[in-house]
Amino acid sequence: MTSSVVLVTGLALILIGMWGLLTHRNILRIVIAFSLMGTGTHIMIVAIGYVTNGTAPIIDRALTLSEAPARAVDPIPSALVVTAIVIGLAVTAVMLAYAIRLYQSKKTLSIDAFTESKW
Amino acid sequence: MMRKISAVLVVVFFGLVFSSLAINYTERQSLRPLAESYVKLVPQDLGAPNVITGILLTYRGFDTLGEVAALFMAAAAVGLLLGTSDKGRGQSAAELPERPKPSSEIVQSGAQILVPLISIFAVYIIMNGHRSAGGGFQGGAVIASSVLLFVLASPRYRVDLAFFSMTESVAGVLFVLAGIAGLTFANGFLDSRVLPLGHFGAFISAGAIPILSVLLGVKVGCELSVIIDRFRA
Repeated sequence: MTSSVVLVTGLALILIGMWGLLTHRNILRIVIAFSLMGTGTHIMIVAIGYVTNGTAPIIDRALTLSEAPARAVDPIPSALVVTAIVIGLAVTAVMLAYAIRLYQSKKTLSIDAFTESKW
Repeated sequence: MMRKISAVLVVVFFGLVFSSLAINYTERQSLRPLAESYVKLVPQDLGAPNVITGILLTYRGFDTLGEVAALFMAAAAVGLLLGTSDKGRGQSAAELPERPKPSSEIVQSGAQILVPLISIFAVYIIMNGHRSAGGGFQGGAVIASSVLLFVLASPRYRVDLAFFSMTESVAGVLFVLAGIAGLTFANGFLDSRVLPLGHFGAFISAGAIPILSVLLGVKVGCELSVIIDRFRA
């Protein structure tokens, strides 16, 4: 139950990001929409790894070694998302760097001004 | 108008695909076989209580190396797009009549108190990656956040890019060397069992995982700090 709510939230975030990506003309807003899509994907992946009544897969007093396979959540999606968040930050930085260069060349952030690569 | 309609159509179609995904989703009652074997193997085989760190740094260590390479590529791309030579920097500073505006009293005092605390917290996260929640990636991001706060508080401070690049390269080379040590003395590339596993849950335990965690944290922290510095005018 819990994980379906999280899953739907993640999917909704992806859709919001997609909508922003397609409708906005300002490059900064497009970058924000990309980040929203990325965040939605992360939330979705984490939700898929949930196991009913599971807890974090860290062995300590609260989760002993013998009961870990029955009570831990799937560690693989969490491991994937940890790296994906950091890579997402780096990709956002590259997009913002491009935005700065585009602004320097045309003195505007609207993508309507950049017609060279339009077909 | 046409554009708006096509955007609505695309979002609606993706919404349909996603809704079928969400409707057919059932929560798992038990772990998948691969996840179950990881949960059993990491504490027994690698001696690390945190299963995720064990997966990241040993079983999927090669993937982590690739992720760090992608991060390095992003840092290099930002440097290529925004970086100027020292000569160019001097010129642009001469063109701008006013110096960068000093930050306010509140930000400066806050940074003086918070930067040391954030740095200590980052070291704690990195060093406890094998025992509790944490690890190199997370701690590196926290290091970069303390650098960001410091740069905001003192805009005239220039980050020593050469030092950061050097540290990051050395950490990367040591990470690969640790991987080769695993290939030579243990069972495979980045195998953490080159060092004794020690007492389960102790501060110095889990073989080479703490060392790999530190190297990863230093590398990620330096790369993100360089990216942050590039975004200054």
